[in-house]
Amino acid sequence: MSIAFLLLASFLASAVEFVEATTIVLAVGVTRSWRSALTGVAVATVALAVVVAALGPALTLIPISALRLVVGTLLLIFGLQWLRKAILRSSGYKSLHDEDAIYHREVAEAREAGTVVRAGMDWYAFTLSFKGVFLEGLEVAFIVLTFGSTFGSGARGIELAALGAAAALVLVAGVGVVVHAPLSRVPENTMKFAVGAMLTTFGTFWGAEGAGVHWPGSDAAILGVLAFVLAVSFGLVAFLRAQRSTAPVLVAEVAKSGTEED
Amino acid sequence: MRFIVNFLRFWYDFIVGDDWMVAVGVVAALVVTALLARVGSAAWIIMPAAVAVVLTVSLWRAIQTSQ
Repeated sequence: MSIAFLLLASFLASAVEFVEATTIVLAVGVTRSWRSALTGVAVATVALAVVVAALGPALTLIPISALRLVVGTLLLIFGLQWLRKAILRSSGYKSLHDEDAIYHREVAEAREAGTVVRAGMDWYAFTLSFKGVFLEGLEVAFIVLTFGSTFGSGARGIELAALGAAAALVLVAGVGVVVHAPLSRVPENTMKFAVGAMLTTFGTFWGAEGAGVHWPGSDAAILGVLAFVLAVSFGLVAFLRAQRSTAPVLVAEVAKSGTEED
Repeated sequence: MRFIVNFLRFWYDFIVGDDWMVAVGVVAALVVTALLARVGSAAWIIMPAAVAVVLTVSLWRAIQTSQ
């Protein structure tokens, strides 16, 4: 896999998750306590660093074929779930992810919640902020480790994938600090679509290799798989859009999914 | 006990996600691929085909559930 693909995939996947985490932290910080919210961010970051530091070197010790089988399986499951959501949104069966709406909902909930201050900390703000950053960050860590570890000589791959994630963090957090508002203009579904296609492609390639397959054309087959995945995905979007235009609007589903986090 | 249940539920939600059929379909396709690779057939075709089938079926299930 080329370095550009590795960097792009980890950057896009991480950016999507960081946008969601930033929305939560901003909502909690604005309405409750910046100190508690940022402490939650710091503790979650340390917890994530511990997870990566513990799992990263361990992954490089596993034989590459076994690693590719396991990583391929996980990436494929992740990728298909991301693609599924992105296709449902692109075809209108699910409402688009609305960071503004999520931000306002988080703000309302944060205002309504009671205040428990102990040791100078607002624990509601801390917990919400910690959970948001840790859970979104765990997905980033998973992608960085799995993508990085299957990239040739493990440790370098993880470093490169972590670089892509770090660039996304700097960009998203930087914009969040500057605009001081939810990042509602990020084309999140397009990014999710792209990441879903990449995860599905690499999951398919590595999973099959781990199962003993020799791809025709070796590594060049990745481009063929990517083209196939994109063709299937765009075909499904076009089919579902046509289907939806002849069927009644699924109001209940749209209303329900409008409040979803991911 | 509750902690263990919550812990397992977290990992199930994290890895398997919204549709368990995706995970089952992926694992089944990899098993078939491994078996075919052993007998030397063109096993590479299985995984791309499985992606198309699993994605289509999963979308169909999501739409059916919502109706």
